[in-house]
Amino acid sequence: MTGLIVLAVYVGIFVASMVIFTRIGASIRDYTSLKTVTFGDESAVRPNRAAGIISILTLFLLWGMFTGSSLIPRFLHAPAPFVGLTSFEYTVAASGQQDTATVTVLVHDREENPDLPVVDDGDGIAKNDSIKVAQYRSKLVPFDKNDDIKKSDGAKIIAINGKKVKPGSRVNIEGGSVTISDKGTPNFSPDNGLQMEPLYLPSPEAVIERTGKVLQEGFRGTSLLGHLGWSLFRVIAGFLCGAIVGIPLGYAMGLSNWFRGWFDPIVEFMRPVPPLALIPLVIIWAGIGETGKIILLFLAALWIMAIAARSGVSGVKISKVHAAYSLGASKWQIMRYVIIPNSLPEIFTGARVAMGVCWGTVVAAELVAAEKGAGMMIMVASKFQNTDIVILGIILIGVIGFGIDMLMRGAERILVPWKGKG
Amino acid sequence: MSGLSIEKLSMRFDLPGGGSVQALKDVSLDLKEGELLSVLGPSGCGKTTLLNIVAGFLAPTEGVMTLNGHTIKGPDAERGMVFQQGALFEWMSVRENVGFGPSMKGMPKNDKAEIVNHLLDVVGLQDFKEKAVYELSGGMQQRVALARCLANDPDVILMDEPLGALDALTREKMQSLVLKLWKETGKTIILITHSVEEALLLGERLIVMAPRPGRIHKEYRLPFAELGVNSDLREVKTHPDFGPKREEILNMIWDMEEEIMGTAEADA
Repeated sequence: MTGLIVLAVYVGIFVASMVIFTRIGASIRDYTSLKTVTFGDESAVRPNRAAGIISILTLFLLWGMFTGSSLIPRFLHAPAPFVGLTSFEYTVAASGQQDTATVTVLVHDREENPDLPVVDDGDGIAKNDSIKVAQYRSKLVPFDKNDDIKKSDGAKIIAINGKKVKPGSRVNIEGGSVTISDKGTPNFSPDNGLQMEPLYLPSPEAVIERTGKVLQEGFRGTSLLGHLGWSLFRVIAGFLCGAIVGIPLGYAMGLSNWFRGWFDPIVEFMRPVPPLALIPLVIIWAGIGETGKIILLFLAALWIMAIAARSGVSGVKISKVHAAYSLGASKWQIMRYVIIPNSLPEIFTGARVAMGVCWGTVVAAELVAAEKGAGMMIMVASKFQNTDIVILGIILIGVIGFGIDMLMRGAERILVPWKGKG
Repeated sequence: MSGLSIEKLSMRFDLPGGGSVQALKDVSLDLKEGELLSVLGPSGCGKTTLLNIVAGFLAPTEGVMTLNGHTIKGPDAERGMVFQQGALFEWMSVRENVGFGPSMKGMPKNDKAEIVNHLLDVVGLQDFKEKAVYELSGGMQQRVALARCLANDPDVILMDEPLGALDALTREKMQSLVLKLWKETGKTIILITHSVEEALLLGERLIVMAPRPGRIHKEYRLPFAELGVNSDLREVKTHPDFGPKREEILNMIWDMEEEIMGTAEADA
């Protein structure tokens, strides 16, 4: 239910901002803006900057709205769960008599433990009651505890707030609802509103606060940067091992019939095996320590790098090789001055993919078993229901993965400017 | 004995699906030092195969080739090659591309720089020395390819449709450049082309090849290359013999193409 409302708000913001911003944009008058055919011309489609900014703001806005964040104005909040005092009346019929009494309900925050509200008994056979209930919980009301005629003596609730009821019926009251159980006891559930329980989704400020705390105190004996550093170290070590073995292997496969024939079946078989499927075997063989993780990442990077190097070699135009031979180059010189530089763009592309896969694999491997690392952090936090740390971890994992990709792209631009220019 | 000599060259290879192709049959050719030969023929006549064999990229099934008295076995710096396009090394600057051959030989830096500078002057690319090759236009790239080939000082230059991908104007300028370089350096040049006009302009000798099997159909000796060295190529084209020769060769190739079409239809 809440999900549908979130989706509706999201779509609403999307459509509204699109209508507003596509009307005002288009102040640039470059060549592309003058194209009349844009539908179907992919090169004329450029990301709308306003859309990008609004998209991110919207995510945070929704997060704040549905967690009751103090970072956004109150009127934007989704309806909050009910807190405070409310009451309802019940009417009891027993031994031919009828009487009405009031139940005072205190709905309190889950973290607090207030005293029961004090009420006077009132008159008649039914006496007034008071209960307290925490947010997002519900409670049976033992109405006959202080009454003159107990349930066991035949007392029966016949109406709530004047509405006739029988077991199973439900009456909405201010701040919640009352359901009559099968045995005739009223059950009070407070209004949950539309906000997410902090257990499921903590508010942004809670995550920020927890970030500060984890930054200062660390998590499970290791600092936050330490956890991320360990994950990064594993990725880089595993990737480097994979590249050191995979690139020469790929070259050999691209240059020799025997190597191609020998390794093709292995590489083609291992390529579609997701590295995650190797985790159990690697744990059996190498345990859950660093060796196991680096072996796993090595295997994740190896095939990708081998295939990248192989296709880098096969991508060399034969006329370049012929030209180099006609200019007097030896085999070694062909390798050094033609094949390697020509395959570098492919290898960089492979390296980007491999780093991405390794990063994903390391987090998964740490989820399974680790003492340090980003994956371990979110796994342990989830066991203790520290959702804020889980969210913090996911954000950091995403940011680092993105950062790795950006770095690789930057390196590619600087180191192989001839990419795609052959 | 100086010059290139090809004797009874044949090339036959098996097809993967069975059967075999006779790409060349009994091709014999003698080329004196400094001769400029252009090769014409319909597609599939084996002219590129012939060039690849002379370059040493393919081994003939029969026949002998000698250059200055020694047998040709594989690719070598004595036989330079200029390709249609895309054979430059885009990870090197123009200067490095031209200096590639001397670098491979381990020539001292200063000598190399001198050669490269001289050749860049010859092809008019001195100002583009440090540019990446992919920043140059198609015509400029082919001038780099020519300079790179000449930097190695080969005995024979093999050209596989070097101007095929250029626009008409650039092509004309490049044809003059090829003639100029031929005269200045006195190299033996074999040029393969699709264009009858180009073959006439850039051939002291011209051979027309016929397909199935690839063989030399007819040979000409032409005055146009010699004329073109000193005058405008457009003027050469107005020479009284030029038009009739062009018609004659065009008709010859046209007939061959029709014959191929005919047999193809008969096969079908």
